[in-house]
Amino acid sequence: MNTGKRQKQRKVLLMGKSGAGKSSMRSIVFSNYVAKDVRRLGATIDVEHSNIKFMGNLMLNLWDCGGQDGFVENYLTHQRNHVFGSVAVLIFVFDIESREFQADVISYSAIIRALEECSPSAKIFCLIHKMDLVQARLRVQLFDERTEYIRTASESFRDNVEFFPTSIWDQSLYKAWTQIIYFLIPNAGTIEALLTQLADVIEARELILYERTTCLMVTHVTRGRETENPFTDRFERISSILKTHKQSMSKHTGIPAGSANFAEMQIKTGRFMFFITRLTENTNLAASIPPSEQIFNAARVNILLVRPKFAELDIASKPRPGIQQAFAHSAAQIERGDERSEEEGGRRGNKGKEREVVGMGGGGTAFEG
Amino acid sequence: MEDLPDAEIPVSDVPPRYHTGRLPNSKAGDGKPRLLLMGQRRSGKSSISSVVFHKLPPSETLYLETTTRIKKESMHSFMDFQVWDFPGHLDYFDPAFDVDNIFEEIGALIWVIDAQDEYLEAIMRLNTTILNLQHSYPDINVEVFVHKVDGLSEDYKGDTFRDIIQRVQDELSDHGYENAPVSFYQTSIYDHSIFEAFSKVIQKLIPQLPTLEALLDSLCSTCRIEKAYLFDIMSKIYIATDTSPTDIGSYEICSDYIDVVIDVSEIYGWDRPQENGEGENGHSEIVEIGNNDAESLITMERKGNNYLYLREINKYLALICLMGDDSPAEKKAIIDYNVGVFQAALKKVFPRAEGDPLLPEE
Ligand SMILES: Nc1nc2c(ncn2[C@@H]2O[C@H](COP(=O)(O)OP(=O)(O)OP(=O)(O)O)[C@@H](O)[C@H]2O)c(=O)[nH]1
Ligand SMILES: Nc1nc2c(ncn2[C@@H]2O[C@H](COP(=O)(O)OP(=O)(O)OP(=O)(O)O)[C@@H](O)[C@H]2O)c(=O)[nH]1
Ligand SMILES: [Mg+2]
Ligand SMILES: [Mg+2]
Repeated sequence: MNTGKRQKQRKVLLMGKSGAGKSSMRSIVFSNYVAKDVRRLGATIDVEHSNIKFMGNLMLNLWDCGGQDGFVENYLTHQRNHVFGSVAVLIFVFDIESREFQADVISYSAIIRALEECSPSAKIFCLIHKMDLVQARLRVQLFDERTEYIRTASESFRDNVEFFPTSIWDQSLYKAWTQIIYFLIPNAGTIEALLTQLADVIEARELILYERTTCLMVTHVTRGRETENPFTDRFERISSILKTHKQSMSKHTGIPAGSANFAEMQIKTGRFMFFITRLTENTNLAASIPPSEQIFNAARVNILLVRPKFAELDIASKPRPGIQQAFAHSAAQIERGDERSEEEGGRRGNKGKEREVVGMGGGGTAFEG
Repeated sequence: MEDLPDAEIPVSDVPPRYHTGRLPNSKAGDGKPRLLLMGQRRSGKSSISSVVFHKLPPSETLYLETTTRIKKESMHSFMDFQVWDFPGHLDYFDPAFDVDNIFEEIGALIWVIDAQDEYLEAIMRLNTTILNLQHSYPDINVEVFVHKVDGLSEDYKGDTFRDIIQRVQDELSDHGYENAPVSFYQTSIYDHSIFEAFSKVIQKLIPQLPTLEALLDSLCSTCRIEKAYLFDIMSKIYIATDTSPTDIGSYEICSDYIDVVIDVSEIYGWDRPQENGEGENGHSEIVEIGNNDAESLITMERKGNNYLYLREINKYLALICLMGDDSPAEKKAIIDYNVGVFQAALKKVFPRAEGDPLLPEE
């Protein structure tokens, strides 16, 4: 059973009327644009394709479909099968400010019918976008009204469509896209199992796995008291924090945002310790742990040790030795740097458990088809 | 992003007469310098005050209503400030207005001019105000924010800025007032410029500034730090930096970094119910309390070694250092030691800023 090694191509359509904000969100989530930059984007001509490698064997095949009437007409007629065939997810973007909401929904219905015909098992996410343009106190009500209306126009997908309010100006964009990505990851269950075991070993309060380019959360594990953390939006908040930080670093250092990655960020306070560090080629791991220097050092070492196991779940975009070399190198650094903590790590690391996890690699696939 | 090479242009070669330190106008003497925000209607006064002191997202300022009465805010920090947000349409020298009461404890008059709008009337009112103040309160710092520059092209922005400075100065000297203590800044709530400008305004009101700068200089040279800032954590105004040349880029990265640390500290610093002597996982373990003063470090993949360093100094202030490329790994210990020394020295400079660590607070 080696499904874990094969790449999963997933076709994702991004649709909605011209100016709704499709390319804006795509360039922010996937291309390191900041919200201010999107004003420069022109209207999309026909379809722009991007392939995005993701954690857990996922290859996202994103179709950003220009929303001007002529193009949409063309998708629905001449290119019907080409565009709507073998779609895993349709993301439809509604502009909350649109003056022709009725017309938008009619166009949506036409697209839904094409999807029903060519990819009946597709999943639909509707994003009610530019929510920042609505006064805060009116947002919930307006969102509810719109979603109800759109749902009735969703034909056979009616009970299967999910709605999110979004804006490029806050973390809501990350919240929506995190859900979409999670839906698409083929082996989320396996990743979660491995992460849970790691969390137990290092006594973490919480571990969050983030994809490195997009800073979107892949998944998280929360233990003990931390499940009572009142900040339930913390996962997308941290996404947004990390993305902003990446841009800030890039601007300051002159390194392109794509590679302005930190090796590690640490925060130590009297109440918690936190660090975020590279886990695999495509992921960063954020860990919140109790405020103890001992646990902190041990956790860092254990994460180094467990890297190769996560790497197997990741897409190996470079040949395997590359990863292992990087791993051996960092481990050696630790050995020189802090012998006491290395010893700690050895004591705390539960090797037996970890081996067990590798055995089930590619097993419990949570989301298939 | 544009930086602001000429954010502050001295009006002449004569050094400006900032009343750093004791406040000569002070009658009430409660020692809380006042920052007065004045200017035309819709010039952006309330937006500035909300973004800087209440962390309102800039895009939310679209919904601010016009101010109808003076709104007073206190800023509790290493020093206490008051920020007074005025209605735009008031005549500030209307006899019905208690002028003395307004200006007696003043630290700075911040005059906001909307650079995207007609500004001749704004300049006229500014000059009337300056001339009125000249007699009774000659030592007031007048700080002119040429505001909303985000919407302007680079060229137009520069021209507007110069034009405004020229007009203000010309008119003042026509009235025989040379070398008025007026400074100019280009600001916008959509980037860091408004915080930078406020930092400079507030620094003029800190009597201990030279001492702070000397302490930071010495820290930088012992630890080979490229740039060090002392930040007011909550407002992200920097109250001092070492005397090496400042560019807005290094301010920005430090300011963004504070955001990261504050946000993460808020998320994970929530009040956990006390567990009775038990460790988190049900078994007892050595009780450790972590770091008394919050500390943070960022290492970059491409740069190697430490890159950014943050250390909570007291309840209000944090030290942020940008490291040079040559910083060896063992330098952390040297920095820790020297920051300790710096912290002790600062305690003498600002005795009141003691108390429990700020991060996280409520
Ligand atoms: N206020 C606000 N404006 C947004 C938001 N997202 C996008 N915009 C603006 O919407 C405009 C159009 O965005 P695009 O992303 O080019 O629109 P599109 O959907 O790709 O349009 P087509 O390519 O023609 O289909 C841009 O100028 C953005 O500034 C948002 O969340 N809030
Ligand atoms: N583009 C831009 N707009 C700004 C900026 N600062 C404020 N504004 C906008 O200016 C408008 C007026 O802002 P206010 O802060 O209410 O102006 P005010 O000076 O307090 O007005 P009054 O209370 O009537 O005197 C709002 O719509 C803000 O969004 C800025 O830096 N750039
Ligand atoms: Mg587009
Ligand atoms: Mg106002």
